[in-house]
Amino acid sequence: MQTFGPLDLGCFRFEAGDDGVAVLTWDTPGRSMNVIAEWAIEELDAVLARVVDDAAITGVVVVSAKAEFSGGADLALIERLIADYRAAAAADAVAAATALFERSRRLSVLYRRIETCGKPWVVAIAGRCLGGGLELALAAHARVAADDGATRIGLPEVKVGLFPGAGGTQRVMRMLEPERALTFLTGGREHGTAEAAALGLVDRVVPRERLVDEARAMIAAGIETVKPWDRSGFRPPGGGGPYTPAGYRFWPAAIARYRQETSDNYPAVRLLLRAAFEGLQLPIDRALTVESRLFAELLAGPEAAAMIRTVFAEKRALDRLVRRPAGVPHRLPDTVGVLGAGFMGSAIAAALALAGFEVVLVDRDAAAASRGRETALAGLAERVRVRHLEGAAAEAAMRCLTAGEGTEALSGAGLVIEAVFEDAATKRAALAAISDVVADDAVIATNTSALPLAGLADAVRRPERFLGLHFFSPVDRMRLVEVIRGGETDDATLALALDVVGRLGKTPIVVADGRGFYVSRVVAAYVGEGVRMLTEGVPPAMVETVGRLAGMPTGPLALADEIGLDVAWRVVEASLAGAASSGDPVARVFSALAPERGRLGRKGGAGFYDYPAGGRKALWPGLAGFVGRPRPAETIRVEGLKQRFLVVQALETVRALVEGVVADAREADVGSVLGFGFPAFTGGTASYVDGLGTARFAAMCSELADRHGERFRPPMLLAELAAGGGTLRGRFAVA
Amino acid sequence: MPDAFVYDHVRTPRGRGKPDGALHEVSTVRLAAIVLAALRERNDLDTALVDDVVLGCVDPVGEAGGDVARAAVFAAGWDRRVAGVQINRFCASGLEAVNMAAAAVMSGQHELVVAGGVESMSRVGIGASGGAWPVDPWVALPSSFLPQGVAADLIATKYGFSRDDVDAYAVESQRRAAQAWAEGRFARSVVPVCDGLGIPLLARDEHMRPGTDLRALAALEPSFRALGEQAGFDAVAIAAHPEIEAVRHVHHAGNSSGIVDGASAVLIGSEEAGEAAGLTPRARIRAFVSTGSDPALMLTGPVDATDKLLRRARASLADVDLFEINEAFSAVVLRTVQAFELDPDEVNVNGGAIAMGHPLGATGAMLLGTLLDELERRDLACGLVAMCIGAGMGTATLIERV
Repeated sequence: MQTFGPLDLGCFRFEAGDDGVAVLTWDTPGRSMNVIAEWAIEELDAVLARVVDDAAITGVVVVSAKAEFSGGADLALIERLIADYRAAAAADAVAAATALFERSRRLSVLYRRIETCGKPWVVAIAGRCLGGGLELALAAHARVAADDGATRIGLPEVKVGLFPGAGGTQRVMRMLEPERALTFLTGGREHGTAEAAALGLVDRVVPRERLVDEARAMIAAGIETVKPWDRSGFRPPGGGGPYTPAGYRFWPAAIARYRQETSDNYPAVRLLLRAAFEGLQLPIDRALTVESRLFAELLAGPEAAAMIRTVFAEKRALDRLVRRPAGVPHRLPDTVGVLGAGFMGSAIAAALALAGFEVVLVDRDAAAASRGRETALAGLAERVRVRHLEGAAAEAAMRCLTAGEGTEALSGAGLVIEAVFEDAATKRAALAAISDVVADDAVIATNTSALPLAGLADAVRRPERFLGLHFFSPVDRMRLVEVIRGGETDDATLALALDVVGRLGKTPIVVADGRGFYVSRVVAAYVGEGVRMLTEGVPPAMVETVGRLAGMPTGPLALADEIGLDVAWRVVEASLAGAASSGDPVARVFSALAPERGRLGRKGGAGFYDYPAGGRKALWPGLAGFVGRPRPAETIRVEGLKQRFLVVQALETVRALVEGVVADAREADVGSVLGFGFPAFTGGTASYVDGLGTARFAAMCSELADRHGERFRPPMLLAELAAGGGTLRGRFAVA
Repeated sequence: MPDAFVYDHVRTPRGRGKPDGALHEVSTVRLAAIVLAALRERNDLDTALVDDVVLGCVDPVGEAGGDVARAAVFAAGWDRRVAGVQINRFCASGLEAVNMAAAAVMSGQHELVVAGGVESMSRVGIGASGGAWPVDPWVALPSSFLPQGVAADLIATKYGFSRDDVDAYAVESQRRAAQAWAEGRFARSVVPVCDGLGIPLLARDEHMRPGTDLRALAALEPSFRALGEQAGFDAVAIAAHPEIEAVRHVHHAGNSSGIVDGASAVLIGSEEAGEAAGLTPRARIRAFVSTGSDPALMLTGPVDATDKLLRRARASLADVDLFEINEAFSAVVLRTVQAFELDPDEVNVNGGAIAMGHPLGATGAMLLGTLLDELERRDLACGLVAMCIGAGMGTATLIERV
């Protein structure tokens, strides 16, 4: 018997069937994805009250009206909590913290009330179910998921500097044995339905159209509404919690691996570990409180705010192509040509084909083009094999990708990307050949990491239709594309390039022409600083380790080996313009290694490291021979080296902003994090400066300049900003 | 300030710390009671004169829990007015017990105190008492928690000790211990463990492998490589000592201290208390210290502690005739010898824990006793005991004969 009528709240619609099961349909208006904002919490609260009060309701099925279930919490809401806390903290720190704690745990408290309401809730998952969305599902009493490839669950919070703060840490640790639980929580990876079911996070798997029926049937058959952890005698899986023999086997290594992976730079993961560890020792309600306290502590620190802003908000703005010239109609080429079927060219071609472009891959002859196509196909197949790609998507891409013979094959392309060897003369020849065959309105792009466009543009007939596209390797994984606007590049050309990058699902930053543009220029500063430390007597392993401890993904010497020491040497030579280079310690090291000893880096099997066949790379013992015997490690301050590594990159970024190479501090931030792995916890190179405060950063630079050399001398503009209390993000903001 | 004198000391032989070890059937409390009983008998001691029994025990749980020292007072049939306290400074607990007993005497608050330690590693198990240090992220991160063996390998890597170096040291420990036993150098201190009818269970250290040579040790696989490389602990070591490219794993069961069962006791008192009990002082406790040290290296505390001790005692290395540095791992002793350029012939002259075993809470008092016996045998004056300790600490004691 039905005693209740439908309820339409805005985000949620509520309808009951004859069986007493209420179907709660989640359909956030005006959004493509269901997200949890404050009003969603309030509505869900009202729904819960209705469910509890109405005796006729026997259970609830939660379902999404959208293609995806939910993306989780609205990060704008989190940003608001942080902003309110900061505004209030100066006046009364404890009151501000209390408010932050109470507000940031509202969802957690609500989910706990759902879990203990006495009536079964079943979440029917189709499409992605992430973060706070999944935490709702975990608080519910059962989960049914669609058996299609689009259905994925995960807790990606750590990727934006957060951790699952609505019960996620506590429920996952109580549902899975600790190794799997922590991997799920700290990895942030999305899991397909089969994987989720195998883990035990999903109870039933059915076709999408049968989700609600299955959920109803489960309720009809009876679902336990008291969770295992609400019954006496509950023991967490996998040996029963931290202070057990199993706990002593698990936790020390889990903590060591956290440090190995993060250098202890990421408070989100550190506090997540603590929430899991401390929570497992407590009854669930107190455990949830501890999770909430640690979540609030996380929000109060600088890292979460910086990461949300850069990795989420600023990146999203760039993904929406904020730098696209206004008023140029949206236009994508049907066919894209790629000239140069080597490692980069074939990977770029694969990415284009995956995005749905017809791609013609051309090299000096048909055989080379074919080999490039095979390379691209093999790359796609490998990604299918490791399940990073759906088989159907790969097959469609393969059909879009053809190998052409001769540059004439490029004639129909609306965009041609030149990806030949990184050498000005070679590129000029290739660009001229493209220019000869393409239509007048076709865009020609050169894929280069550092060669100034000014030296290439006159090789094409219409330099206004020419620009640079700096793709990063490996192309399938690197999200950034550096779009280089040459001196004559027109708006329509830039717009088309940005539209293509957007279509590829990558994030563009738009930079002006100049040696090394933005990314390579800052990378060179990092590598150079590492080499300089070597010459100061810092032990080579220490240079490398401290680079990683500072938060960089790779030590500077290993990175130099990847780039190639011959390339690095030429870059340094060019930047020093000849004569001065003989006195430059960094140039001396590169020259001693590359031209003098033939140690060209990884590609040559020897650089700063030796690369024994089949063995692990090891620093070349011969380094001491010409950089001198290292000083004792105890005489060197690790914090000082870490600071130099970050400051030298941030300062190079300031120069790039001052010179107009980078126009918007947001692009510097996102570009640094996505392009060369500048530590995300800082928010990126510009946020690092703003986070310290421009005044403190300028003072730090001056001090470093006095001690370590003029390369640290801050530009005038920084002093001006510092004096006025300004920020880079305030000063350098486009639109 | 009264002086604290050492009047006597005894220890059990060390039984192999496994179910097939000779002392496995002897409970922790009985091990402790055996050394207390021996002290009473040897010295015809009126136990009512003893203020307190301070016993080190590193895993004080189960049968070793709940103040094992007070339990031992009952089990040994001592006067019920003798108090008991169990203390824990990990591997230096036995030495710390000596230092605390000495402190009570030197401050004039106690007259006669027994200090020692007990550990039945075969019955209770190493690590049985748990604790937050390895598992609680709040502690494990700032302390750079590492398994001790990885820390020992880090010391070897950082200070340049090769596999051959650490193995050679272990061979020498075995040789010296065998010679000391053969010449009866431990005879005065070791009391056999017997059953209720007096049938001996163990009269000699059971863990020794006399005749061990370099070749035999070279065949052993490093024990801590998998932990270091796979569980992420090498990365923790390198993060704390970034000049190291890779940790070289050189330690194994043959050059690390043995897991054994045993107990020890030292009788410490003021001059007046000794006279009242009819005892003759054998040595004066001149100074003692404990200190924190680098937690990632963890086991270099003997260097820091020795430095601090010599300053505290206004003494110099030249004043010290013999050293006992606990052989937790070969590299610990090698590093301490290296740091002070000690003469290896003055260090651990009768072998140590690599040959005879390290009954965690008891070892410190054993080392003090071994040192005193040897000072007397050689008629030397001054000796120093230094011990490395988990979580990065060092404890050291300076004694001189009277």
